Amino acid sequence: MSKQEAATFNDLNARYDAIVPAGEPWIHEILKGQYFRIVDIAGNQAADTLFYNAHDYEERYSAQDTIREQANIYLTTGTRLMSSKGNVLLTIVDDTCGRHDTLGGACATESNMVRYAIEKRHMHACRQSFLKAIIGWGRGLEKRDIAHNINFFMNVPVTKEGRLTFEDGVSAPGKYVEMRAEMDVLAVISNCPQLNNPCNAFNPTPVRVLIWDPLGN
Amino acid sequence: MDENQLFEDLLQPGATWSHVMKRGTSLRITDIEGSANVGAIFYNSENPAERYNMPDTLKAQHIAKLTRGNVLYSDMGRILCSIIEDTAGWHDPLSGCSNAAGVAKKYGGARYQEHHNNHHQNAYDSFIIELAKYGLNPRDMAAPINFFSKVIVDGIGAMHFASGNSEPGTVVELRSEMNVLVILNTCQHPLDPNPKYEPRPVHLSIRKTPPAASDDVCRLLRPENDRGFTLTERYFL
Repeated sequence: MSKQEAATFNDLNARYDAIVPAGEPWIHEILKGQYFRIVDIAGNQAADTLFYNAHDYEERYSAQDTIREQANIYLTTGTRLMSSKGNVLLTIVDDTCGRHDTLGGACATESNMVRYAIEKRHMHACRQSFLKAIIGWGRGLEKRDIAHNINFFMNVPVTKEGRLTFEDGVSAPGKYVEMRAEMDVLAVISNCPQLNNPCNAFNPTPVRVLIWDPLGN
Repeated sequence: MDENQLFEDLLQPGATWSHVMKRGTSLRITDIEGSANVGAIFYNSENPAERYNMPDTLKAQHIAKLTRGNVLYSDMGRILCSIIEDTAGWHDPLSGCSNAAGVAKKYGGARYQEHHNNHHQNAYDSFIIELAKYGLNPRDMAAPINFFSKVIVDGIGAMHFASGNSEPGTVVELRSEMNVLVILNTCQHPLDPNPKYEPRPVHLSIRKTPPAASDDVCRLLRPENDRGFTLTERYFL
């Protein structure tokens, strides 16, 4: 199916349709051939996302392999999301935002102490949500399985001089990113609760997740 | 010999090395011939679930390269190592490491049967084998740093390998701030356009090094690093 065909999906024929409130985790399997869309409902909301081979969690999304294989740090339409074993987990087939980050990682209580203030340890963070999600899922997933993630809808430019900055998002209400699963995958999202920087425009908001079966099924 | 030197070693081309770097020591790596690449992964040896975290390192210091003054953060808000000396000016934290498929595609095959210890190696498989010696497995694979290599990101996000970043004699020195399991590998950088399999050797020197003083260059680089040192020092209280 082409990108254009994928874009013809509408929410009425989705197999799965859910809202992930700000600060909440979400974990779900997506089968090979299914289409997976994340919608930035209110704009500038980071959706921190991990993927695993659903049948072998040892194989997982690799930020470094993904950017190196396409020789570009930004994720957008056409990007193949690579695993730690050199296989394609999903392909981005549609993207109305235009740029997604995979260098900024996920916020954590510990990194918040470093970045903002030691007194901020109590503030909610993505890696709390990742841990809650994988512990609840069970099946042997542990902290060491939390690799470096994708930040959908987040804008983290790098300069030629080697500087990395967090910029206001290029996303807006209703923008979305859509992927086709190239193998059965387990997806984990932390809908980012960060209040200390502009990654959520200082106002974390819900995202919507939808899954479609391939056309013809 | 430097009276602070504890031991030295030669890391051959395409080879792998590991060591638990004790707090209070440093590892000095010298690019003997120039154009070396040293892939490196780092763990808290007392609890390897705590390991080098690329995004935390980059965003705490607003960097996409590593040089003197920068520190390597674990996922627990602590500093594993600090870069206390660097004559290259740029080390690549972004590109990851070579793997079997990439090496076979780029350089062709070269088995042990015909080539003995000049057989073609790749960094990923070498890291996994070395991790296994410490009871760790592919689930524990951390994001490698490529010392002595430079990758520039342009205005549209494209990554460009900059050849000639490291001259013969270039040195980088890492001060260990915790008891750190470090694994090094000298396979070529995965974006190195050189079509020949030509990994380079490096010289290693492990030395006694005092902890970061109040005026330490890495501590003073940013307020984030000052907090990182505070959290690391608390770990040993």
